[in-house]
Amino acid sequence: MQKPTFKAFRRENGRVGIRNHVVILPVDDISNAATEAVARVIHGAQALPHAYGRLQFGEDLELMFRTLIGTGANPNVAAAIVIGIEPGWTDRVVQGIAKTGKPVAGFSIERSGDLKTIAEASRKALEFVQQASERQREDCTMDELYVSVKCGESDTTTGLASCPTVGNVVDRLVDINGTTSFGETSELTGAEHVVKKRAATPAIGEQFMRVWSEYNDFINENKTDDLSESQPTKGNIRGGLTTIEEKAFGNIQKIGKRAKYVGVLQPAEAPSGKGLWYMDTSSAAAEALTLWAASGAVLHLFPTGQGNIIGNPIMPVIKLSGNPLTCSTMSEHIDLDVSQILTGEMTFDQAGDRLLELMVRTANGRMTASEALGHREFVMTKLYRSA
Amino acid sequence: MRHFLVHDGRDNVGVVVRDVKSGENLVGESTDSGAALKVKSLQPIPLGHKIALKEFKVGDTVIKYGEDIGKVVGNIRAGEHVHVHNLKTKRW
Repeated sequence: MQKPTFKAFRRENGRVGIRNHVVILPVDDISNAATEAVARVIHGAQALPHAYGRLQFGEDLELMFRTLIGTGANPNVAAAIVIGIEPGWTDRVVQGIAKTGKPVAGFSIERSGDLKTIAEASRKALEFVQQASERQREDCTMDELYVSVKCGESDTTTGLASCPTVGNVVDRLVDINGTTSFGETSELTGAEHVVKKRAATPAIGEQFMRVWSEYNDFINENKTDDLSESQPTKGNIRGGLTTIEEKAFGNIQKIGKRAKYVGVLQPAEAPSGKGLWYMDTSSAAAEALTLWAASGAVLHLFPTGQGNIIGNPIMPVIKLSGNPLTCSTMSEHIDLDVSQILTGEMTFDQAGDRLLELMVRTANGRMTASEALGHREFVMTKLYRSA
Repeated sequence: MRHFLVHDGRDNVGVVVRDVKSGENLVGESTDSGAALKVKSLQPIPLGHKIALKEFKVGDTVIKYGEDIGKVVGNIRAGEHVHVHNLKTKRW
């Protein structure tokens, strides 16, 4: 396959983004109000409020910093303003984002108060928004994009149509030396032995199994029943999926037929090279997509059966469905209808061609359904209680 | 017009790709080989839900994608609806 081309934003560190956001990032929950105030004052600045950031510790704290820094560092972000209650952790996030070379500034609220902080941060946001608006798109190729894949509100049609369509594209992305990532650790349960074999080396397969086993042990320690209605979800069951094993085999259609994953990533960890990567994520859509965006993914492919309506504030989400009922009753949410695969009127290669074409249009700036509908779910993964 | 699909020649359940009434003679296709399959529905089955292609006894294993997707917990006749009332996970 030739490398598809489009016009996108090449950032200071050489990475390619397809959006040009200026984000106002709170370090902690109590700084949300200030970030939202700045976003109300400055047109084009986007606040990313979230629920955490105080008294976290250990691995959970590291994940919080990785998520916040990664979000600001994402190539879809032109510039970032960081607001925290105190200067220490605020500066740690600022310094992390600054490594990309992009414009970033931090403000802390203690000894200033909300109003002075909002005024100063708004003045800086004005400058960043004007700078960003002058950034020009340049010629880029599909292998320069980092694309993540995850499905949601799956049903049996995802395994038959929309997930294999994504798999068709994943195989082609790997063929052109692109970068892509899958995850959803708990949702690989029942198919973990197949996923293990898809690793590029036996050692990587063993590493995957350790991560999967740890997650599975955690579920077994905390479960109160067979997880029916949680995993699979009530929506999955309504759509005809019965067991986690069945759901897992549908899920892994997304990683294609040939591609082998070249490494195992921690949540929100950036891939260190090209190819297909496995990331340890929750299977809950908003949490998982927030982790992928924080790892640097600039475009997400999201197959759905019953109609998960997820979006992300900085990473466009292309939604595709093979369920004709969903495509007709929720058409405003579906970017690509592949239900003709069920009736034999569309092949996987044809569906893959359609999806690639839509990826190019999206990379050129076409808004996805979730962007136009204002879906900006930003949900940090919390590993355990705060101290 | 095909009524149901299977993923793999070893599968013992199919997925109906439109709403099915009881007593319909259904035509199916295997997506891996294109092989044709037939079964008569014994119950109404909604789009996307599974239909048994053989008789199952309690304790049998249901195969889809050529793989084990769980254990049978209620006897099933060929043509009946397979779902949470007669199929359970072997995990969790």
